[in-house]
Amino acid sequence: MLFLLMYLFIDLDASKIEGSQATAKQAAELLRSVISQQRLPQTHQATALISAVRAVGEKLIAANPVELAVGNIVRRVLHIIREEDLSLATAAIDGLELSAVSDDEDDVERDDYPVLSAAAVAAAARSTLRPPSLQTLLEDTPISAAIPHTSSSGGDSEGKSRSVDKSSRGRKLKHDVIEAVNELIQDISTCYEQIAEQAVEHIHQNEVILTLGSSKTVLEFLCAAKEKKRSFKVFVAEGAPRYQGHLLAKELAARGLQTTVITDSAVFAMISRVNMVIVGAHAVMANGGVIAPVGLNMVALAAQRHAVPFVVLAGSHKLCPLYPHNPEVLLNELRSPSELLDFGEFSDCMDSASGGSLHVVNPTFDYVPPKLVSLFITDTGGHNPSYMYRLIADYYSADDLVVKRRPATTS
Amino acid sequence: MDARRPPRAVIDPKVRTVGFFTPPDPIQFDSNSLSPVMIPPPCHSSENLDLHSPPSVTPPSGDESVSVTGSYNGSSSELFPAPMSPALSQKIVAGDGGVGGGIVASSFPRGGGVPVCKLTTVSVVNTDSFAFDERDKPNKGGGSSMEVKDQAMNSKQKNEKSSKAERRALQEAQRAAKAAAKAEGNKATGTVTSGNLKSAKATKPPQKVDNTSVAASEKKGVDRPSEKDRKKDVPHPRMQYDDKSRVEKAKRRAVVNHTESRNRVELFRHLPQYEHGSQLPDLEAKFFQLEPVHPSVYKVGLQYLSGDISGGNARCIAMLQAFQDAIKDYTVPPEKTLVRDLTAKISSYVSFLIECRPLSISMGNAIRFLKSQIAKLPLTLSESESKTSLQSDIERFIYEKIILADKVIVEHAVTKIRDGDVLLTYGSSSAVEMILLRAHELGKQFQVVVVDSRPSLKGKLLLRRLVEKGLTCTYTHINAVSFIMHEVTRVFLGASSVLSNGTVYSGVGTASVAMVAHAFHVPVIVCCEAFKFHERVQLDSICSNELGDPDVISKVSGRGDVNHLDAWANAENLQLLNLIYDATPSDYVSIIVTDYGMIPPTSVPVVVREYSREQVWI
Repeated sequence: MLFLLMYLFIDLDASKIEGSQATAKQAAELLRSVISQQRLPQTHQATALISAVRAVGEKLIAANPVELAVGNIVRRVLHIIREEDLSLATAAIDGLELSAVSDDEDDVERDDYPVLSAAAVAAAARSTLRPPSLQTLLEDTPISAAIPHTSSSGGDSEGKSRSVDKSSRGRKLKHDVIEAVNELIQDISTCYEQIAEQAVEHIHQNEVILTLGSSKTVLEFLCAAKEKKRSFKVFVAEGAPRYQGHLLAKELAARGLQTTVITDSAVFAMISRVNMVIVGAHAVMANGGVIAPVGLNMVALAAQRHAVPFVVLAGSHKLCPLYPHNPEVLLNELRSPSELLDFGEFSDCMDSASGGSLHVVNPTFDYVPPKLVSLFITDTGGHNPSYMYRLIADYYSADDLVVKRRPATTS
Repeated sequence: MDARRPPRAVIDPKVRTVGFFTPPDPIQFDSNSLSPVMIPPPCHSSENLDLHSPPSVTPPSGDESVSVTGSYNGSSSELFPAPMSPALSQKIVAGDGGVGGGIVASSFPRGGGVPVCKLTTVSVVNTDSFAFDERDKPNKGGGSSMEVKDQAMNSKQKNEKSSKAERRALQEAQRAAKAAAKAEGNKATGTVTSGNLKSAKATKPPQKVDNTSVAASEKKGVDRPSEKDRKKDVPHPRMQYDDKSRVEKAKRRAVVNHTESRNRVELFRHLPQYEHGSQLPDLEAKFFQLEPVHPSVYKVGLQYLSGDISGGNARCIAMLQAFQDAIKDYTVPPEKTLVRDLTAKISSYVSFLIECRPLSISMGNAIRFLKSQIAKLPLTLSESESKTSLQSDIERFIYEKIILADKVIVEHAVTKIRDGDVLLTYGSSSAVEMILLRAHELGKQFQVVVVDSRPSLKGKLLLRRLVEKGLTCTYTHINAVSFIMHEVTRVFLGASSVLSNGTVYSGVGTASVAMVAHAFHVPVIVCCEAFKFHERVQLDSICSNELGDPDVISKVSGRGDVNHLDAWANAENLQLLNLIYDATPSDYVSIIVTDYGMIPPTSVPVVVREYSREQVWI
């Protein structure tokens, strides 16, 4: 496991892993192995798991803070642990209520929460951030009402030996969590398909679509529409200085789409003939803003000018629960100047006598504010930028938003 | 400018300091500070001021026309207080020094004793043109009729503004003047110009000049044809390359062998899409077979084709100089007239150049100027005289409209640079480069952000020149423009042309930069010489554009790893599009700096309307 960890750190540091999808998948796999190798104590199993995942997650995030997908996955896994834990608890409580025999199981479970009270359980229920529908209200009330009863009744039956029971429960939690993480990994790798399925709803005949740079999601999205016998044209802006657009254009043309490569500077000129801009994202922030490959802010502005819909495709692993502050600088990464200027190209005129100096700026990402985005298409469907905060809340628990803080206060 | 306002007394010392006018203080001009917003051109710089520094305002003599001038002084000073201060305003030289009352309107004061030959109304650019005037002498005989016409056109609009009563009064005066001038005949100008060294100078406002000539021309009936001219002036619809029959016709005439590129972009069928790179050796081989093309024109054509000369001004100057050479070596074939044959010749050269690379709008304007100069050649001139006159005309065009204009633009734009500014520029514009270097010379502390884009990467060349001069530069690509825009305080852009709806037609990417600057509330300053203005209008970048070599898109210089598109021509569904220009909507532009001052984009049609005549007539 340590090797795997080291490997990922190095990759993250060197940004070797291309695309947040691959990163997310790797992070999830790593966390899965962390969970499976974690020895669980008899009590406080969920807490132990959470702290273990947190410890690794913190390091992972620190390795490359700009790669938000890693943080997202860590939070997702934490959320999964909490959820599984809670569902086990509720199952136990339900069993208790029905049979009222094996109250001790629940006792172990409740150890996670130092104060066994209705408030604690309510907080736990809240942490899942389930929508406050009528059904959940009805379901939740008997549970919280039942808890004081169980805790008080469970207090006197401490001394009994339940080792077999406990170990099986421990295994059950771990097993459930790993199952859920597997599901998450599965989700990440199939998010293309789910997004691409919606393509026909958005692309019609004879449409002209513009995209910048390369994104696997966009490629699959466009190809899915093509497979449904829609014929449309695609303009691909090359996306300097990485020129991923060339790659995308080649792929699209190979799959039979009418593709035209344009320079990034020609985006404004061409956008007046474009019906829709479809782009991938690096991360989607909670306010609906997008951290996207560099150049997309310009494209979004041009699209807004010509009232062209600006559609962002994002798998759910790219939804980040954080609100951005100064994202252009703080969530950006400046790459090597060698992508713009050759080494030594200007060394001849940089003599100190004249006093001139030269800086080269080569950022990786752009921030597209939510007002410029028309629509997000995630694997759960299309959403408005203003709705993203709510969508994101489904995937994360509020306790995990700051991964770092908890270890600092406990240790 | 409302000319209906009753003329005010000249005594009023504080002549309307409202708006953007600088105080009418002659010292202002010496210290090189220009009134920025005046459309009537302010004084260029101090270089020519010494010629007419002491404003010698002689009291109105008994001459009728002069007295009218007096009555007009008030209104004029109200209209153009600063730049039209006595030292600079136009003067009418009443040729009473033995020339018999002939009145000659002149565009520039002749304090230095330089004779006038051709006249423009208000262009201060002409003030600097005295250097050419001496060379122009042979042309002078024919000058006078043109002058009158010229002013007629120039002043027509202005005339409309003045009130009826004023006009009537003027007409009376002008009729008399006109009669005198007529009596003088063609020869009058010549004598006047030589005689006016000693002649009394009367400070006269431009309106006065205009009105005089208008009245004169009205009689002649020149006014009505000018209406027709205007209709004729509506630019021709350009060649549409999806029109098969016309393309065929053009092909038959063509010198350059174009092979149509295989993967053509459907949207741009109306523009020529040829394979690049194949013509150059072909053309070089053809050199001795191509008789009609003059070697210098040929050379320039090849340079266009290979991309050795690029940039609006450089291309224009190269073309004009080639034409100059061609005219020098030109001899009229027997049984042909110079005017017709030379025009045809120039047209053939132009079509050759178009085949090499489509003309820029500025080049179109320059060609229009040259052709009108040829057409206006008086028949009385001998062949050699006509040739020298044309050559000097070309030289003057280059000097006044490009070189001097740039100087004026620099002086204007430098005032917009303050210490601590971060200036962003895109691509490589010669005007912007001069501005930056000038500001650096003046010791202003600022940083420059050079934004560049593929495939031309002209910004690198600019960056090199700036860094060599010791400026502090930041270099980035166009995608990062919204990243860097946070720090930028001003955006300076060059332009290939400014169209009369205020659209700035410029190198591709300019629109994006202007848009991002607009979104970040950074002022966008476009620097463009007035000869590049055009009366055409355009809303998008697609209807009219130029397509470059698509191959350069597939190759990324210095990046061997990017080679995904190497075999793009074989891929059936893949096209590469290399746009050269784009159109920046006028609302992104804060200000346009031209040789006539700094104007908002909404004033472009005014400049086009008021000065395009003059451009043709110089």
